[in-house]
Amino acid sequence: MSSEPLAIEAQGLGKRYVISTRAAATTLAERLGQLVRAPFAASAGEELWALRDVDFRIPAGSAVGVIGRNGAGKSTLLKILSRITPPTRGELRLRGRVGSLLEVGTGFHPELTGRENIFLNGAILGMKRREIAARFDAIVAFAEVDRFLETPVKRYSSGMYVRLAFAVAAHLEPEILVVDEVLAVGDAEFQRKCLGKMGEVAGGGRTVIFVSHSMAAVSALTQRVLLLDGGCCRFDGPTAEGIARYRALQGGAEAVPAQYVAEGRRGNHVRSARVHTSDAGGVHRHGQPLRVEFDLEVPEPTSSLCFSCKLVDAEDRNIVHLWCFAPEARFRREAGRYTLRFDLPRARLFQGAYTLRAFLSDRRTNAMFDELHGLCPFEVTMDGTHRDDYAWSAGDCTYLESAQWELQREGAEAQRGTVAP
Amino acid sequence: MAYFSLMNAPGPGPVAPPTLVIRPDSARSLGLVADLWEFRDLLWTLAGRDLTLRYRQTILGVAWVALQPLLGALIFTFVFGTIAGLPSDGVPYLIYAFTALAGWGLFSGIVTRASGSLVQNSGLIAKVWFPRAVIPGSVVPAAALDFAVALALLLALMAWHGVGFSAATLLAPLWAAALAALALGLGLIGAALMVRFRDVQHILPVAMQLLLYASPVAYAAAVVPARHRDLYWMNPVAPLLEGLRASLLGTAMPPAWSVWAALTTTLLALALGAWVFRRLERRFADVI
Repeated sequence: MSSEPLAIEAQGLGKRYVISTRAAATTLAERLGQLVRAPFAASAGEELWALRDVDFRIPAGSAVGVIGRNGAGKSTLLKILSRITPPTRGELRLRGRVGSLLEVGTGFHPELTGRENIFLNGAILGMKRREIAARFDAIVAFAEVDRFLETPVKRYSSGMYVRLAFAVAAHLEPEILVVDEVLAVGDAEFQRKCLGKMGEVAGGGRTVIFVSHSMAAVSALTQRVLLLDGGCCRFDGPTAEGIARYRALQGGAEAVPAQYVAEGRRGNHVRSARVHTSDAGGVHRHGQPLRVEFDLEVPEPTSSLCFSCKLVDAEDRNIVHLWCFAPEARFRREAGRYTLRFDLPRARLFQGAYTLRAFLSDRRTNAMFDELHGLCPFEVTMDGTHRDDYAWSAGDCTYLESAQWELQREGAEAQRGTVAP
Repeated sequence: MAYFSLMNAPGPGPVAPPTLVIRPDSARSLGLVADLWEFRDLLWTLAGRDLTLRYRQTILGVAWVALQPLLGALIFTFVFGTIAGLPSDGVPYLIYAFTALAGWGLFSGIVTRASGSLVQNSGLIAKVWFPRAVIPGSVVPAAALDFAVALALLLALMAWHGVGFSAATLLAPLWAAALAALALGLGLIGAALMVRFRDVQHILPVAMQLLLYASPVAYAAAVVPARHRDLYWMNPVAPLLEGLRASLLGTAMPPAWSVWAALTTTLLALALGAWVFRRLERRFADVI
């Protein structure tokens, strides 16, 4: 990492915005007076530090993600990086030409044709006319709009519009490429194509700074992330860890372990429940060992005491059922405090949010001692589970099972592989 | 230690790219003119965009460039020449008014469009960086083209009416250039202020209307009462327009002092415009 020269070096970057401004001038003369004295000066108003004391160094040729909740300062950082707005404090060193794509189709004009917009947009993004001319064919091919070059873009479908806009920016070839949440638009296949193009850019020795709310895109493209929160840089390091911390931030003010504790209960009951996820903050990576633990309080054992639990997805569907109805189970005979542990060696839950349901009952009398819902919220991510070509998407399945596949052509040797190994 | 090894590492390409340092107060090292030069492709492209858009979906297209001042000149001829019976220095009134109106169109076109240009392109300013002066600057080529078309029509009209050409005719582009420079200076100030104070867009049409009647466009400067004439020539637009008309039509020249004063004002306006613009441009994205 340190063998590469630095592309970006930020020291103590801060950006202050003044929300409400100066007292309103009542006369034109007064206003002109203010104007002459200090045209854009901030006076008494509420200050907001959109960014404060942000330091980082990014070596050339790396792809770095910037993640954080809304209002964390991501956009402000990008605006400073792309020179749109100056920092209020600190210093930024940029080595090489910066190309920024903060919005798809900035400067596109609906009345102009595809061809005209390519030249216009390219020029706005900082390309010389001959550079655009040299890449024109590649841009058109990438965007797949060759038949509509002479059509005003107002007649384009939204997909074509986005493709063309991204294509121009993708062929900018600056040393540093700054990309905001642009992949939110466009269909899945095009998103994949864009990601591929950005990966190519980073692979070609240039630097990519990428902001996204899509953790799948961030983990596909970057090895390192900056996690911003409240204008500060909370984490700077490996993508998987950064994403886990981001999820923890989303879950609450602090990282709440996925657990439940009962208060003031008497009789047979579930005293507490815990889900041990692979990552901090209730984040579990698909395919990793998952442990679900319950502390049971059994002052009055019964001969057919049953415990069961379910892992429930965000749509309230029972995805996994776990139980302990064994006749020899000790809590059927001896009073006491028990810990019941379920280990799923390879939890194959698909990405999404999950909670637990737990039941403590007596089969013979049909007594329900305890029935609990919405325990231990945790989240499963597909980070680290790679699939070629198609990125994981929410509707793919509810549970992902491992399987073997075999592809046989008549008279030829069979090919074999694994689904979700 | 790590830092030093970084410094010694070879760059990614044959030439190590230059380093740009951004600080809160750093005015960029390049001047306004250098900025415009570096981004001249963008300037031309934006100018081309505006021209294309202006005449797309119009039936008469570029003909409007000449028709607009011609129609204006016809109105002035009717009102000031025919009804009011004002003198026009021996030149047909239509040609007399049209000449100044072409020059006025150049001036007011640049001031008005440059002033509104940043606000109109606020989407660009908020989302991408380039030297902001490119936007008001891109107004000039389009206005100059409009002027050239009007000038061609004027020369045709002059030939038609048998108005003679002279060596002074060749000076016309210089008078026009001075008008354009004055307009650009004012336009830069107007544009920078309008980002923060939209009032400018309401004040501007009134101010331009006032200036139109305070300048020898619809009438000859000679009709201004002598006791007000010194004050009249203080308006920098007046001697420049009258000079343009003199060079083309051989009419009376404005007093020499007023020409020098107007040229000085032009330089001051350009310098002030550049200064105000550079002072404010870094914050445009924050306040627009």
